[in-house]
Amino acid sequence: MIPIKTVEEVAENLMERAAIDIPEDYLGGLEEMAEREEGELASFVIRAMIENYRAASDDRRAMCGDTGVPRWYVKMGNEAAVEDGPVGLEGALRRATAQATAAVPLRPNRVHPLWRTDHGNNVGINAPEIEYAYEPDGAWIDLTAVHKGGLFGTDYRMLFPGDGIDGIRRFLIDSLVAFGRRGLACQPAIIGIGLGGSKDICMVLGKQAACLRIVGDRNPDPRIAELELELTELGNSIGMGAMGFAGNSMVIDCHIEAGYCHTGAMPMSVHAFCLASRRATARIQPDGSVCLRTDPQWFTPYKRRETVEWQPTAEN
Amino acid sequence: MAADSGKLKEVRLRAPVDPAALGELRIGEVVYLDGVVYTAREGVYKKVVEEGCDLPLDLAALSNVNFHCSPAATVNDDGGYTMGAVSATASFRFSKWIERWFDISGAKMIIGKGGMSAADYRRCFVPRGAVYLTTVGYGTGALLGRGVKRVREVHWIRELGIAHALWVLEVEKFGPFIVESDVEGNSLFDRENAKIAKGLPDLYRDSKPAILGRYGETDDRSDEVI
Repeated sequence: MIPIKTVEEVAENLMERAAIDIPEDYLGGLEEMAEREEGELASFVIRAMIENYRAASDDRRAMCGDTGVPRWYVKMGNEAAVEDGPVGLEGALRRATAQATAAVPLRPNRVHPLWRTDHGNNVGINAPEIEYAYEPDGAWIDLTAVHKGGLFGTDYRMLFPGDGIDGIRRFLIDSLVAFGRRGLACQPAIIGIGLGGSKDICMVLGKQAACLRIVGDRNPDPRIAELELELTELGNSIGMGAMGFAGNSMVIDCHIEAGYCHTGAMPMSVHAFCLASRRATARIQPDGSVCLRTDPQWFTPYKRRETVEWQPTAEN
Repeated sequence: MAADSGKLKEVRLRAPVDPAALGELRIGEVVYLDGVVYTAREGVYKKVVEEGCDLPLDLAALSNVNFHCSPAATVNDDGGYTMGAVSATASFRFSKWIERWFDISGAKMIIGKGGMSAADYRRCFVPRGAVYLTTVGYGTGALLGRGVKRVREVHWIRELGIAHALWVLEVEKFGPFIVESDVEGNSLFDRENAKIAKGLPDLYRDSKPAILGRYGETDDRSDEVI
């Protein structure tokens, strides 16, 4: 049985780590980009951001004043059992979100869309979001805290098979050019693309692709992997860099996740995980031991399975 | 340590800012501030400009630097404040209030995210000798948080919440910021947009519009969505 007190403590710690410590994979990608960027202004921006991450870690201060919208990804092994059950788990995540908001501090960002009610703790109706996934083996639970920007850089479009790969390229450029100007998307970003699914799943997959895969990770489908690399290069050839200044630093990496969709459709979503790509993961074992990491390992062969029955040997 | 601005010119200014010093600023220059700045965004603008509420302090006497910001801060049990990271919010959303706000507040410098439109600069900023500075990257929240030395006062925190309250901040080497619009109303973002727009026809050359269009869709890539 996974102790609920540990869940809450670890969750609060993850909120802090996500807010303060830039993941190494993103930092590495940005440092490589800093070497390549020739635009004087764009290059200054990237160097200032790298210095900002250092200041955040040194001061134990959030890297960005805009907390975005903190959210949770929970993955459980099939044998996992949390003390107090799923309701206890959700309560622990909500408490951790509220406590970390005061302790770090984070900006209370969550308000009612109409009445602007602000509880001052980033908790409210349907907030923070909690998404779940499961794995066939194991009695552990993985918690991932993500502080995702909440205003600009995301779009959805119903494309059709007739739009083809060209349509995908065009919609990506449209999104990057629209939200990249003036740097509204807070680029360079990890771009997540959801392809297929129904509209809601298309958005969910794209956001997960942006937030839950690390820089350098490739989709196991070799043709999708190739498209990820092509779209990364395409995004960096627009002539635009950080803050929408002339340059070539838009996309740190591009991740695509697919879901089976309506036979007449090819819906697509685009998401930007920004210069403050804030994520932190921990695995908690039934004995209460905890292992921290920055790779959420969200997309697994099981998560991407295609067939009716799970066939690990056929799909691995 | 300040970010190495390389070939970009770096300027350090006292806040409140001297209008004569603003005349020297050119777009693309890097600025750091020392002195007093205050935050005000839609919460304060609505209250003061739309509802006609009196300002809770003599703002004009205090500072003429308005930061479109809300800090990641906590109100402590002893009534003090813990200031964490500090980042700007996108300014173009405040266009409808900015002209009246200038007249009420006497602001000469707006700091925010992403600038405002060229029309706003011409209509509201230039006649008042005001400039716009943008934060960098969006944002260097930790560096800006470091630059805040003391919270001098906070107003309307109960009504407006932490994000929208009016915070008066004492700052030191507060930055970096980049001059987006100078006293003549030139815009750095406009200049950079124009450079980028030149390359767009090539980028789209072999590409066809999506089969299903969208209401209000334009094919003119020099258009902005804001």
